[in-house]
Amino acid sequence: MAHGPAKGIGRWLRATNHKDIGTMYLWFSFAMFLLGGAFAMVIRAELFEPGMQIIKPEFFNQMTTMHGLIMVFGAIMPVFVGLANWMIPMMIGAPDMALPRLNNLSFWILPFGFSLLAATLFMPGGGPNFGWTFYAPLSTTYAPPTVNFFIFGIHIIGASSIMGSINIIATILNLRAPGMTLMKMPMFAWTWLITAFLLIAVMPVLAGAVTMMLMDINFGTSFFNAAGGGDPVLFQHVFWFFGHPEVYIIIIPAFGVMSAIIPTFSRKPLFGYSSMVYATAAIAFLSFIVWAHHMFTVGMPLAGELYFMYATMLIAVPTGVKVFNWITTMFRGAITYETPMLFAVAFVILFTIGGFTGLMLAIAPADIQYQDSYFVVAHFHYVMVAGALFSSTAAVYYWIPKWTGRMYNETMGKVHFWVSFVAFNVTFFPQHFLGLAGMPRRYADYSLQFADWNMVSSIGAFAYGASQLLFLYNVIATIVAGRKISDPKVWEGAEGLEWTVPTPAPHHTFSTPPAIK
Amino acid sequence: MVAKNPVRKTVLWSLLAGVTMFGFAMFVMPPLYDVFCEITGLGGKTGGRYAAEQPEVDQERVVKVQFVTTNNSAMPWEFRPLTDAVRVHPGESHKVEFYARNGTERDMVAQAIPSVTPANAAQYLQKTQCFCFDQQPLKAGAEANMPVVFFIDPALPPSVNTVTLSYTLFDVTDRQSAAVTARN
Repeated sequence: MAHGPAKGIGRWLRATNHKDIGTMYLWFSFAMFLLGGAFAMVIRAELFEPGMQIIKPEFFNQMTTMHGLIMVFGAIMPVFVGLANWMIPMMIGAPDMALPRLNNLSFWILPFGFSLLAATLFMPGGGPNFGWTFYAPLSTTYAPPTVNFFIFGIHIIGASSIMGSINIIATILNLRAPGMTLMKMPMFAWTWLITAFLLIAVMPVLAGAVTMMLMDINFGTSFFNAAGGGDPVLFQHVFWFFGHPEVYIIIIPAFGVMSAIIPTFSRKPLFGYSSMVYATAAIAFLSFIVWAHHMFTVGMPLAGELYFMYATMLIAVPTGVKVFNWITTMFRGAITYETPMLFAVAFVILFTIGGFTGLMLAIAPADIQYQDSYFVVAHFHYVMVAGALFSSTAAVYYWIPKWTGRMYNETMGKVHFWVSFVAFNVTFFPQHFLGLAGMPRRYADYSLQFADWNMVSSIGAFAYGASQLLFLYNVIATIVAGRKISDPKVWEGAEGLEWTVPTPAPHHTFSTPPAIK
Repeated sequence: MVAKNPVRKTVLWSLLAGVTMFGFAMFVMPPLYDVFCEITGLGGKTGGRYAAEQPEVDQERVVKVQFVTTNNSAMPWEFRPLTDAVRVHPGESHKVEFYARNGTERDMVAQAIPSVTPANAAQYLQKTQCFCFDQQPLKAGAEANMPVVFFIDPALPPSVNTVTLSYTLFDVTDRQSAAVTARN
């Protein structure tokens, strides 16, 4: 190849190479994951026993808010952007992303956005304390003065996401190798194309919501102030119009990762490729018309409740198609259970459980009981942690040999998996019981009858947190001292263009487009 | 130029989509929500001046109507209801007054914005006369009693026994536009 990477720090600051930027995204999201995880540990430590032990309630509220914001915007979204940067050009036979300098910008504004957000914790008045959904008027009239930093942080993070999405769309639509039609693309590229469209459609809505907050707080408008002719419920509509597609933005790339890993280790092609594409598109479409199922208790007319209830349940159909396809891919396959496959199988099982509790929550009359309880917390951690996080962990184990040219330690990987899997379920399964028994979320304290399961949940959370340090160790040990490999096709059953380039992947790949059969 | 560079074309279209969605959230969703609430009666906003014929009085039923006032954070006037609550028969007209005093040293103009709780009672509280239909100028140090004449529509849902009418007072001295008035 013409030249290698630049030397020193300039390689990273001025990076335009999709692999370098992908690497930075992955490390950044892991750093944010540890930060958000540390906040979660504080939350679970306080909830270990009833009563107030470690922190003050005000700080507890800041912890739950920051945990949610950091995990959603700092850990899960960037990790998939990092995977997209690394893998999509290699999967579609492109030399790089379509807009390398924009790519650099969209990464490098992220640390500034999150610095603004995290710095609020050290300011007078403390960080945002109104929950990650920042409902008005908690986030406007009653917000701490640092809320403006939060708003600008969200603006920056949103701008980064939009630029990243434009880049991914431009890459996938224009830089595919000759002969690679859309319906020949790997599922991961497909899921990211759909995700990028979702991001472009709803991140500006989030920006609009925080801009209206900014104006209400500083410029005397009354978008969300009932006393001034506005309506706080309007905030919830705008927020969830963003927020519901957002949860699919988080999970759809995970579907793509699953559709890459499961066929590899089942040694069979993905079952029902085209139905996977259509199901993903259907989920994306439905995500725009179901937002008010997050607001069944605001006082909607009966017709509204019924519509949002049935529309929400409809999402189970395309999601069921996907789960069916993954299971059918595994059916009668020559399956081996390397670490990525273990995480993938756990994903299918646990994500399905999370989907079923989602169906329970979709039932409007039942949701009036469940809403804002720990049942909701259990539900979305089953889809966020066992869904998005397990799949990105699987993706790292799956592709790290290709990235580094070194194999991770399989035993250590399996230890990481089993500790994560058991600890995850110990943490979150009891939260279903707590929620059904009536424990509300977002409180620093709880009644005595919830004590036992909270202690179990906290013990699980500490173990889960520790197992992620094991993950960090595994990744570093692989990079530094992993067994060197050079087979382009790292896994016996792997298919796709990324497995035709040398291992480790050279700095520049596909400078001349590959031939597609 | 655009046709020669397909990447640029994709980027321009995506950017346009993003900007459109921002505009949609900022400038379309709030008015759309207002229209939706007006049609369905959600959101607690009352109608304009009631001009049609008054319905018959329902002597059987008594509804409590409470009055609360709020000052917008930028509004220094003293503003309060002279009556905190009244009990009325649906269909029967009532007049209540609100007291306002401009304690500042400059002439000001105010605009009151009404809101009704519970939301499903909003479209049944009818006003035949209200200071909120107009802007209220007060000279420096001046005071005024501002009247509202209203009745409760007998069609008020039977589950509602108490209706709260709230006014928020805004300083509109600096803006001559009638935009605020149009929304009451």
